[in-house]
Amino acid sequence: MRRAMVRVQTTVNGQPAEFLCEPRQSLLECLRDILGLTGTKEGCNDGNCGACAVIMDGRLVNSCLVLGVEAEGRTILTIEGLARGSELHPIQRAFLEQGAVQCGFCTPGLILATKALLDRIADPSEAEIRRWLANHLCRCTGYDKVVRAVRQAAAELKEACR
Amino acid sequence: MKWFDYAAPGSLTEAFELLARHPGARPLAGGTDLLVQMRAGERQADLLVDVKRIPELNELGCDASGTLRLGAAVPCCVISESELVRRRWPALAEVAAMIGGVPIQSRASLGGNLCNAAPSADGPPVLMVLRAICRVAGPSGERRLPVEEFCIGPGKTVLAPGELLVGFEIPPPEPASGACYLRFTPRAEMDIAVAGAAAAVRVEGEAIGWARLALSAVAPTPLLVREAGEYLAGKPATEDAIRAAAEIARDAARPISDVRGTAEHRRRLVSVLAERALRVAVARAREAQA
Repeated sequence: MRRAMVRVQTTVNGQPAEFLCEPRQSLLECLRDILGLTGTKEGCNDGNCGACAVIMDGRLVNSCLVLGVEAEGRTILTIEGLARGSELHPIQRAFLEQGAVQCGFCTPGLILATKALLDRIADPSEAEIRRWLANHLCRCTGYDKVVRAVRQAAAELKEACR
Repeated sequence: MKWFDYAAPGSLTEAFELLARHPGARPLAGGTDLLVQMRAGERQADLLVDVKRIPELNELGCDASGTLRLGAAVPCCVISESELVRRRWPALAEVAAMIGGVPIQSRASLGGNLCNAAPSADGPPVLMVLRAICRVAGPSGERRLPVEEFCIGPGKTVLAPGELLVGFEIPPPEPASGACYLRFTPRAEMDIAVAGAAAAVRVEGEAIGWARLALSAVAPTPLLVREAGEYLAGKPATEDAIRAAAEIARDAARPISDVRGTAEHRRRLVSVLAERALRVAVARAREAQA
């Protein structure tokens, strides 16, 4: 057809963002290589590991399985959008305090999965937590500390809502 | 990935025009299968026609007769969260929450699941036992066919070039009926069925009025086992009858041995899963009757 680059207008982390990409570039590539948001990680690049997860229009997605051009008009939240300046988001703090971070590669995806979960279910059961995190592979922590971090974050966020 | 162009038409007419003008075009719904396959070089396209902005493919609601109209591109998360689907077609809500994991369900659709035509797909057996009808449209009009006629081989469907799966129509659940899908996977989430069985049953007093049974991952296509349903119709809903129907399903299965399991294991799984799925469907039908 035309082999033309496409201009995409989105909102990323609360700010309007515009970029030019090839239709074949994934949202993951656009975030990292064009917008310079390298907090989102590339793991398997086929939807299994969850390292690249971001929140698009309120839904957790694997950014490797979304095309950059599909982000047109959408609202995207990446790990860079969570902290307020130097103040960590309660989910980030809970991951730190519970030692739910080791090498850190899966952490941005896990934290955004936790955000998507707690936005939907304020007080999830352990089974719900494990179901929501099942698309995220962590080869360091063994997941138990991650589950504890999610519970702590849920409790803190609930308290903060009062 | 090789270069392709991208278009996101806002109407069926526009989509048909694009597909007609570009023989190398492919429809893109959630992309959770297609993008992986294209990256691996297993499928090619010069143009991806994103169907997610077409209203007909995003429909989810009942018409005046109580029939569910489900657009082919509605993501699984919307189906599994829908109060309407959970109340009237719980087996459909359950399978939508079973495919992949949460971020996959944000994108993947039951229409895409069917069009991908994997023998192991979880959605099609459920759609089959619920008597779903596919609405297929092309530039020359619309045709309708039962889900069990849609897949014709691994990765192959009846869609002609230029045609789209628009959506499904699922008749209202009959009184005293119930349905269920069970699969065997080493992991509860993020896994692909080694084998699966869907059952739908209507009970009439102590007897079975009608039954439908369909299987995944044990034939070149998702498989409706009509003989199992015909065997059960009119029989008392006993353990013996359910076991006998499950044996019919086992004999109808044509599994292969592959990385996920041997043919022998799969045949054994079919009898176990078909029996359990029928038992759950009968229990749900009785609950609906009470």
